[in-house]
Amino acid sequence: MTMPVSDLSLANQQQQQQPPHPLLVFWRSFASNRGALIGLVVIILLVAMAVLAGWISPHPPDEQYRDALLVPPSWADGGSTRFLLGTDDIGRDILARIMYGARLSLSVGFMVVIVALLSGIVLGLVAGFFRGISEIIIMRIMDIMLTLPSLLMAIVIVAILGPSLVNAAMAVVIVQLPHFVRLTRAQVINETTRDYVTAARVSGAGTLRLMFVTVLPNCMAPLIVQGTLGFSNAVLDLAALGFLGMGAQPPTPEWGTMLSNALQFIQRAWWVVTFPGLAILLVVLAFNLMGDGLRDALDPKLKL
Amino acid sequence: MFKFFLTRVSLVIPTFIGVTLLSFALIRLVPGDPIELLVGERGIDPARHAMLRADLGLDKPLLTQYGIYITNVLHGDLGRSIVTKEPVIKEFFTLFPATVELSLFAIFFAVLIGMPMGVLAAVKRGSIFDYSTMGISLAGYSMPIFWWALLLMLYFSVYLGWTPVSGRISVMFDVEPVTGFMLIDSLLSDDRGAFTSAVSHLILPALALGTIPLAVIARMTRSSMLEVLSEDYIRTARAKGLSPLRVIGLHGLRNALIPVVTVIGLQVGVLFAGAILTETIFAWPGVGKWLVESVRRRDYPVLQGGVLLIATVVMTINLLVDMLYGLINPRIRRK
Repeated sequence: MTMPVSDLSLANQQQQQQPPHPLLVFWRSFASNRGALIGLVVIILLVAMAVLAGWISPHPPDEQYRDALLVPPSWADGGSTRFLLGTDDIGRDILARIMYGARLSLSVGFMVVIVALLSGIVLGLVAGFFRGISEIIIMRIMDIMLTLPSLLMAIVIVAILGPSLVNAAMAVVIVQLPHFVRLTRAQVINETTRDYVTAARVSGAGTLRLMFVTVLPNCMAPLIVQGTLGFSNAVLDLAALGFLGMGAQPPTPEWGTMLSNALQFIQRAWWVVTFPGLAILLVVLAFNLMGDGLRDALDPKLKL
Repeated sequence: MFKFFLTRVSLVIPTFIGVTLLSFALIRLVPGDPIELLVGERGIDPARHAMLRADLGLDKPLLTQYGIYITNVLHGDLGRSIVTKEPVIKEFFTLFPATVELSLFAIFFAVLIGMPMGVLAAVKRGSIFDYSTMGISLAGYSMPIFWWALLLMLYFSVYLGWTPVSGRISVMFDVEPVTGFMLIDSLLSDDRGAFTSAVSHLILPALALGTIPLAVIARMTRSSMLEVLSEDYIRTARAKGLSPLRVIGLHGLRNALIPVVTVIGLQVGVLFAGAILTETIFAWPGVGKWLVESVRRRDYPVLQGGVLLIATVVMTINLLVDMLYGLINPRIRRK
């Protein structure tokens, strides 16, 4: 009876009032955005499709069925369940090519964003930390790169390097780089004025430690958001280059490349034109949806 | 005000020099000997090779070469196309009006549809209309424009047969290029059907090209309008008993337009990237298609000159937008 009940409940209350884990807060905010959740689910499905393409694809992507040229999708007149989304002009299954194309687009897009993000972070950190001449040079070069419309810049780079998937990916990295550099620099300049950075500096942290351990983690939120949106741009640009014949070369099952000769079938085979583009739209839409959700959850300042 | 203009203009100069460096480097970065690129596969005897080298100034030090290049550029000499042997700058200005015409109509369409959509979505915030507007705008923003152009063509040209598939005007008409703008030229010509033909050729490409700007403008107008509508002066205007139309149109929209105008200006680059794809698909004889073909034909002088000219155009427009912004919004000038 000596133990007062009120004390117990107070302790309980204190435990309950402990702030929830940051990750949980982030997830709640993210999950409250229905669009972002849909985007995430679509992305998971697409990644699963890409990873499992070798097992779930009904046909190999390059197998040419000479007896089945330009077969319409299964639900259309003359279609069969053998080719769910129909076949192209040399009898390849479109569904299989889209599945393998997902593998290509997602992995190359991911790589492009990672490379652009990492090099952008390094350049942005250098510009934001050391200021002075290094900043002027880096930022001027980025300005010049931003003067050209992104696709034109990519075309110029491919014209120099020659058309191939790797070169197209390189071109897209270069096109995306300025955005990451600018963002990192702006964040770094903003963060270095804060007290915690001064405190770390006073307690003897070296420049590299200040850059990567103290400041960088606090700059990550907008960079992650930009990375997600950059991913959708990368997929779009890669497909556009493929479409123009400057990216992946046939017979690679790349979505843009699949559309590059679709124009000649527009009169008689709508399915050749429709499905690869639908796949591109789906990926880009999903990543944009998720990017919007991430931005709202990670960076409330950027909320529209 | 004058000082603001001056600083903005002076900022452009280093960027312009950078762009000339880029286009100067372009032809020298291509693997292989530029002369062999110029003469093509046929090969060339060593004497003529040396002569051409001296002719093009390729035997001089790099810095001198750049000096010659920049002098030529400033005199409007951007070299000649390998394929047509025409001066690059002449080709550019023959084709440029076609791109401008297409882009102007695309942006016109985008503003005409996108802005009212954005305003209505903001006023009816949270309604079905708002959600569908934002959904459409997100889809438009994510659209692979080359696929969208193909789809529009598939439906309107092939399936419904409403519009022609490609080109600027039907081959039946022989319109004399006066201004380079097909709509004006066809009106000036005596052919009666020429104008209708020109319009019907323009609709689909403009629609395809205008889709992404439309999505961006709708989104931007909505968010800018939402912000303005929560301002005190809107409440004051409402409290004064002004009609909703007057409050939204006069007090709201006018203030919401400032960021929207900037965004429209910044769409120039996006528009041009889209024009490359749209022109290629609709066989629209503009600068974008010309550049894509120059890459395919390895016509490097065209690519080099075209890149420089387009960068200059984009830079000029961005500069004008900035100045316009400074004119509308005095707060910017003091920065």
